[in-house]
Amino acid sequence: MIRVILPPHLRGLAHVAGEVELDIKGPVTQRSVLDALEDRYPMLRGTIRDHITQQRRPFLRFFACGEDLSHEVPDAPLPDAVASGAEPLLILGAIAGG
Amino acid sequence: MSKVRVLVGTRKGAFVLTSDGKREKWDVSGPHFAGWELYHLKGSPADPNRLYASQTSGWFGQIIQRSDDGGKTWTQPGTPPGERSKPGEQPKGESNKFVYDTSSETGKPLTTHQFYDGTQHPWEFKRVWHLEPSLTDPDTVYAGVEDAALFRSKDGGKSWQELSGLRGHGTGPKWQPGAGGMCLHTIILDPKNPSRIYIAISAAGAFRTDDGGKTWRPINKGLHSQYIPEPTAEVGHCVHHVAMNASRPGVLFMQKHWDVMRSDNAGDSWQEVSGNLPTDFGFAIDVHAHEPETVYVVPIKSDGEHFPPDGKLRVYRSRAGGNEWEALTKGLPQRDCYVNVLRDAMAVDSLDKCGVYFGTTGGQVYASADAGDSWAPIVRDLPAVLSVEVQTLP
Repeated sequence: MIRVILPPHLRGLAHVAGEVELDIKGPVTQRSVLDALEDRYPMLRGTIRDHITQQRRPFLRFFACGEDLSHEVPDAPLPDAVASGAEPLLILGAIAGG
Repeated sequence: MSKVRVLVGTRKGAFVLTSDGKREKWDVSGPHFAGWELYHLKGSPADPNRLYASQTSGWFGQIIQRSDDGGKTWTQPGTPPGERSKPGEQPKGESNKFVYDTSSETGKPLTTHQFYDGTQHPWEFKRVWHLEPSLTDPDTVYAGVEDAALFRSKDGGKSWQELSGLRGHGTGPKWQPGAGGMCLHTIILDPKNPSRIYIAISAAGAFRTDDGGKTWRPINKGLHSQYIPEPTAEVGHCVHHVAMNASRPGVLFMQKHWDVMRSDNAGDSWQEVSGNLPTDFGFAIDVHAHEPETVYVVPIKSDGEHFPPDGKLRVYRSRAGGNEWEALTKGLPQRDCYVNVLRDAMAVDSLDKCGVYFGTTGGQVYASADAGDSWAPIVRDLPAVLSVEVQTLP
């Protein structure tokens, strides 16, 4: 079971409170987690990564276990602590005013 | 008794203001989509309970919201919470998927546009500025987007297709962004000719189709813009907004960057009607619901100073179709007022007397129930208002 923490705007969009829990079959990577997230919550498609290019939106960042994973390749394995559910994957909006 | 519903988009959410036909006491609901920018909301003329909203964010991109109950509840079309796509079914979660057409011959981008520095730049989708529901079908709605293009949905906003004849007709490389981006902000559907649509783009100009959106042509003859290298160019003009009275769809009124203009031949040519306005810079313009020669603008000091002249918030009304303007001040602040009124933030209802509404970047929404003679704020302290639309309900 993978834990994901969404930024408040996306929690509202997905109608969830607190963490999201996802079951992932196979390797736990940014791509597989986001695929599972968008499958469960299709209203999030296009809000975290581009519909076509699948690239992370510029003002979003991915963190886990105190590490910035934003620039890891999408198919790189996430930390074991994320894969085991001990630590969540955080999706954060960059602090850029507004 | 008739009712009015005012749909207000702001920098931090949407608000729905309702009143009876007297338009004296108002209920305010919202914020809907708190924390998001709501560029525009508009109701379907064919089903007033069907509303569409453009919800955007620099962080999270574009969202389309739809209400089927007059704004009480909202959903992203095609994506009920938790519902998954079924095999063979159109993927859900595509109501915010705006993909520009490519050349059918080469598969490459259809065209490029001029960037701020004069170089050519590819089109990049940023947001929906304006949603225009069909006059006859609640499931058909047009979207004007940044970077400038026109999209249409025929399934209630679940999916969108570009009407790419607009970008593809040849002048695209001369279009350029205005200070607010290169946005298609105005969509006017001709109520007497279903094949005719007008649109306007900052900074390209006005365009018209007479075949339902397949082919388009610029309609900017008579516009004169000192701020571009060729002031009378076919395209490149920073048109801020265009308005029409439904009883006379061939007569258009335009607030350009500078200059208030009118056309009596469906945009084939334009004449300046700024007349005695204190400044002819501005954003908003609208036409009285029952008097097609009565026009409203809100003069703004200049392109560098986006606030009313002399700190006085004044709507100007012409009852002669332009040139002769009177200041409407009763109930509006006449000192120390430095708000702006953006291009989509003025609307009229169709009651008798005609109601006129506008919102400000200071968060006020003002209403006049007597065609502009007097004004009162419905609300004073909303986030900056981006758009105002009005529905007149039975």
